[in-house]
Amino acid sequence: MVRLSLRSSRPHGDTARSRGAQRSGGPPASAAPMDSSSQPQPQSPAAGGDPSEDGAAAELPRLTVTQVEQMKVEARVADIYRVLFDAAPNAKSVMLELWRDQHVEYLMKGLRHLAPSFHVLDANRPWLCYWMVHGLALLDETLDDDLENDIVDFLSRCQDKHGGYGGGPGQLPHLATSYAAVNTLVTIGSERALSSIKRDNLYKFMLLMKDKSGAFRMHDGGEIDVRACYTAISVASLVNILDDELAKGVGNYIASCQTYEGGIAGEPSAEAHGGYTFCGLAAMVLLNEVEKLDLPSLIGWVAFRQGVECGFQGRTNKLVDGCYSFWQGAAIALAQKLMAGSDEQSKQSQPSKLSSVDDSCGTSSSGLASEKSSVVDYAKIGFDFMKQSNQIGPLFHNIALQQYILLCAQVPEGGLRDKPGKNRDHYHSCYCLSGLSVSQYSAMTGSVSCPLPQHMLGPYSNLLEQIHPLYNVVLEKYEEAYEFFSSE
Amino acid sequence: MGSSSGEEGEEQWVPPSRRPELADVAPLPQADGPCPVVSIAYRGDFREVMDYFRALYAAGERSPRALRLTADAIHLNPGNYTVWHFRRVVLEALDADLLLEMHFVDQIAESNPKNYQVWHHKRWLAEKIGPDAANSEHDFTRKILAMDAKNYHAWSHRQWVLQALGGWESELQYCNQLLEEDVFNNSAWNQRYLVVTRSPILGGLAAMRDSEVDYTVEAIMVNPQNESPWRYLRGLYKDDNNLLVADNRISDACLKVLNKDWQCVFALSFLLDLLRMGLQPSDELKGTIEAMENSDPETGHADIAVAVCSILQKCDPLRINYWSWYRTTLSS
Ligand SMILES: [Zn+2]
Repeated sequence: MVRLSLRSSRPHGDTARSRGAQRSGGPPASAAPMDSSSQPQPQSPAAGGDPSEDGAAAELPRLTVTQVEQMKVEARVADIYRVLFDAAPNAKSVMLELWRDQHVEYLMKGLRHLAPSFHVLDANRPWLCYWMVHGLALLDETLDDDLENDIVDFLSRCQDKHGGYGGGPGQLPHLATSYAAVNTLVTIGSERALSSIKRDNLYKFMLLMKDKSGAFRMHDGGEIDVRACYTAISVASLVNILDDELAKGVGNYIASCQTYEGGIAGEPSAEAHGGYTFCGLAAMVLLNEVEKLDLPSLIGWVAFRQGVECGFQGRTNKLVDGCYSFWQGAAIALAQKLMAGSDEQSKQSQPSKLSSVDDSCGTSSSGLASEKSSVVDYAKIGFDFMKQSNQIGPLFHNIALQQYILLCAQVPEGGLRDKPGKNRDHYHSCYCLSGLSVSQYSAMTGSVSCPLPQHMLGPYSNLLEQIHPLYNVVLEKYEEAYEFFSSE
Repeated sequence: MGSSSGEEGEEQWVPPSRRPELADVAPLPQADGPCPVVSIAYRGDFREVMDYFRALYAAGERSPRALRLTADAIHLNPGNYTVWHFRRVVLEALDADLLLEMHFVDQIAESNPKNYQVWHHKRWLAEKIGPDAANSEHDFTRKILAMDAKNYHAWSHRQWVLQALGGWESELQYCNQLLEEDVFNNSAWNQRYLVVTRSPILGGLAAMRDSEVDYTVEAIMVNPQNESPWRYLRGLYKDDNNLLVADNRISDACLKVLNKDWQCVFALSFLLDLLRMGLQPSDELKGTIEAMENSDPETGHADIAVAVCSILQKCDPLRINYWSWYRTTLSS
């Protein structure tokens, strides 16, 4: 079943010589709102010790911080994989299990009570809701009605009277927490949840957050970046308030953030980064402006972010991190869907040609959005995207990614983490599970309706719910919300 | 998670409820409702500071005591953007000393270098101070980057200061220094790209390209497994494929690396891109590729790009799906 012995594990000395260091030191500064990874400890180049012990040591040039940190992680991951490869077949299957019950317990517990140390996330409480509720939905775990209603009530308290959601009751409305709140409510999916979103106000709030460049700022007087653009566009698309006025200029801003490496940065000239690459590409799809990106070079950059540890790194020469299973994995899964069949040239193609205000559902789109007739029918882009099946297979190693998540990111007590040696947290639990779902479904092509066993690692019971990769909400929940908001 | 907050060495911290200056303020509890979710078990001091903050924030009070209270709240949770936002409103109303404020935020940033809010606040301040802030801001990011040479926020701030306020003079030298320390530092390569393309004193990419190619090829030769210079090299010819293909130094570099290590994925993939862009392979190159293929009689392709791609499918198994797809995009 597991044919990855190829290069996932290597003895230390060999690693030192042959790989050099493709990856580097320091946990990534996550594009997500909160990556609670600890600060990196800069190491003097001599601090590596073990990797240079073999006979070639004398010929090795001085190792840099990047190389030393990379080798430590590789060695740690190799130890884990070696146990797998040496195990008997039935033991292998046990090792590759997803520990559903433990993850459910961990996520459920946090939904009610959090320890005092969580005060640093006091301005991110809708995010905490989303990480847990979405994680549970991926695991197909239903919440009881009381809990669902309490979440809806809580998020209503975070909703500003002039529109948008803040990080807690009474806090300033913020685009990222609005994204977290709306995704949570869509995942809950009840009439009460969906109708609690004040769409008119949300629309007004978003217009106020628009900079003259077209890009969005996170909150009144807040920072402008690709993450703000994505969260705005994703929310607007999801609740069907996206129109030309909101869309104007965003695509050009995002395109200006694609770097010489091929990935997308947080702002123009900054470094290509997995989080922003997902945000930028997903927003471009929702805006119907993907053609403004150099897609082949973006794909090439993401494909190279998967490393010998089998997981993804966030930037060139940085360390592997479980949360990029989603950011990079979903970005390349989006790109896969944008690619036409194999007999065509690698020209980027849109999943569907979107004509002007065509309305096959019979109801016209939101009164808010339809004041001016759009050239692009934003209301249907996200929906049509998923109706189009994959014409090509995955562009990354979907089995290897599952191996990293299952073996290196799972914590036995429940929850998932960045990498071995790190603690679990809700953010990494959410994005490791999201990445696992993306990799399980990525090999589905043509008319296949569910993943084949050979595209999954571990028992078939590992299969998670499928997500809509443009929004990162469970697909079924998305479809219900789409119905709801198309008729609003 | 940083539970210790008051390392500032202030005399003795007095809770707001015991401060005479706040005696007339009625603390405002958080409206969490009767059945809260994701409910944080706040410590007493945290709850108290936030209750007083909420009271002054709700009243919109722009006063020195409000400013002091925002400092308390920020020390307890530097991620609270609402507090920072209100602090800026108060600072403007009080026409506060911007340099003093910069000192305040620098101290917070040093212990929270990956926090979005501190960097945003610094940018706001630096913009108000103007070009005079350039040097001290560059010193500050240098200090942060000395602790973590890849801190994304610090790099973004440094780039913004360069472009908005200046201070380009020694930036290329700084890149050289960082790359000498760690040639795998991709953030430093990215910064180098900014300097080479945007510095007003270097003449832009066209003027710099030639010497940059030499610099980069040298870095590749020392360490062909370092992806950063390979990507940088491509960046030097961004949107100019014809020039890239015409530069013999580059195809020579690929060939040289492959002669030592025929499985070097970066060299093979670069070569593949060159061929796709129209590189006419030299006899030597053809010979090298054929020799590689001969080590595996299964293959053997008339089209040299297809041949390179099939070599990559074999020696880069992690990206087998990618290379298989790539191959379908080659017209043959
Ligand atoms: Zn992470």
